[in-house]
Amino acid sequence: MTRQKAADAIDAVWRIESARLIAGLARIVGDVGQAEDLAQDAMVAALEQWPESGVPDNPGAWLMATAKHRAIDQLRRQKMQGQKHEHLGRELGERQVSPEPALAAAIDDHVGDDLLSLIFTACHPVLTTEARLALTLRLLGGLTTDEIARAFLVPKATMQQRIVRAKRTLAAARVPFEVPRGAELGQRLESVLEVIYLIFNEGYSATAGDAWVRPALCEDALRLGRILAELAPAEPEVHGLVALMEIQASRLRARVGPKGEPILLLDQDRGRWDHLLIGRGLTALGRAEALGGASGPYTLQAAIVACHARARTADETDWTRIVALYDALAQLIPSPVVELNRAVALGMAFGPAAGLEVVDSLTADPALAGYHLLPSVRGDLLAKLGRREEARAEFARAANLTQNVRERELLHKKGEAL
Amino acid sequence: MRFMTIVKTRETGARPSPALIEAIGKLGADAAKQGVMVGMGGLLPTALGARARLAKGKITVTDGPFTEAKEIIGGYAIYDVASKKEAIEWTQRFLEAHIGLWDQDLEVEVRQMMDDPSEGC
Repeated sequence: MTRQKAADAIDAVWRIESARLIAGLARIVGDVGQAEDLAQDAMVAALEQWPESGVPDNPGAWLMATAKHRAIDQLRRQKMQGQKHEHLGRELGERQVSPEPALAAAIDDHVGDDLLSLIFTACHPVLTTEARLALTLRLLGGLTTDEIARAFLVPKATMQQRIVRAKRTLAAARVPFEVPRGAELGQRLESVLEVIYLIFNEGYSATAGDAWVRPALCEDALRLGRILAELAPAEPEVHGLVALMEIQASRLRARVGPKGEPILLLDQDRGRWDHLLIGRGLTALGRAEALGGASGPYTLQAAIVACHARARTADETDWTRIVALYDALAQLIPSPVVELNRAVALGMAFGPAAGLEVVDSLTADPALAGYHLLPSVRGDLLAKLGRREEARAEFARAANLTQNVRERELLHKKGEAL
Repeated sequence: MRFMTIVKTRETGARPSPALIEAIGKLGADAAKQGVMVGMGGLLPTALGARARLAKGKITVTDGPFTEAKEIIGGYAIYDVASKKEAIEWTQRFLEAHIGLWDQDLEVEVRQMMDDPSEGC
């Protein structure tokens, strides 16, 4: 087997197995940073051995066994050198067993629990939001630091530092490797869902850079969401988030024109929507609602995007229902951004004047001060009311505020068309 | 990126054993747990299907079975993965699941689906 072929196989195996591997090891050593090092070591061993020996029949099990051996070696060495890791010592003492069988059994069982623990740890509130995103993509998504740096348009060194610091923060705060229980679970789950949706959104409407969408990030987020739905099938909001992402992702290819320019929802060719993803999204939405989650924030947002997905043409959109869903969302999570979206729906359901009234009540909100979509929406409504001069000024303001090159072009074009 | 894997085999009338169905089901569940399984399915005998052809501007429809065919499509799966390598890895696992449980030769075509906006499909 050539070195290249082995490297390709290892890449693929890493994507598939790394999260389970790291999770299983973290359960034993109690530290995700150390667990990741062990998993990486196993991969290096594979890179050395597979070109000679060929890829083993069960590459995941091979990596797991190799990492286990290294973990045991490390434990022995630490014991011999009397450097018994305090946490480990406590852990093993409580269990009253020798490390080796505990290690083997613990890695093989509870794969689901371990993965959940890994997600909750990577999204722990002790970390900054940036660090949560990076660590989640790294530990759960199997992405390299380089890939994550490129995804977030930062230098590799910056991302490397961010990840190293995140792991140190977790260790210093002695964040236990576990699935939170009781009242804490709800809050912590919120953080996990937020992280996954932030990753998705960074791909779906890139806040910066030349490209309007970066589909690879959407795919990573969708994958994480789908994994979470398998791990925590009883949580309605997990399915709500998956539904939201599946349906939004169904529009990815219709959202970008031939020259990379954005195409807005109502102008999209609905024939280019991905009906396979829409189907999956509607199924996930049904699941969330069946679990009694219809009024959860992600499920409500999924219900809104589902209204668009179900409409064969833009004219068939049930805007009245969308207004009602935004009303519910605004009650649940009052935010000026939700209010702005509600204004758009109101404008479509009951005429531009109704929408403008709400938008005008938002112009003084400091939270929206630098938000380009406020003048953009206001411009649309003013244009529909025939107030062209004012609309043009709003589009110009919006163009100045956005960080995204493609969006700026679109806003300039809108202003010029008036 | 999404890949459709198309499983081709000879049509001999042999049905997959419960053990094989279980092994494939387990693999599918595993892929779903990894967030990569979009959909999979096996196909019933060609006797229940039909073939529609367009030739020289004329459409003809012939009912199954496809007796003249050397190979027929026996099943498919759609994976949403990060690379072709990963799709191949899942396909190898699929083939491994057949060892000892299916005595016909198998061939799987691994094909990327058009789902990237940059492809401008």
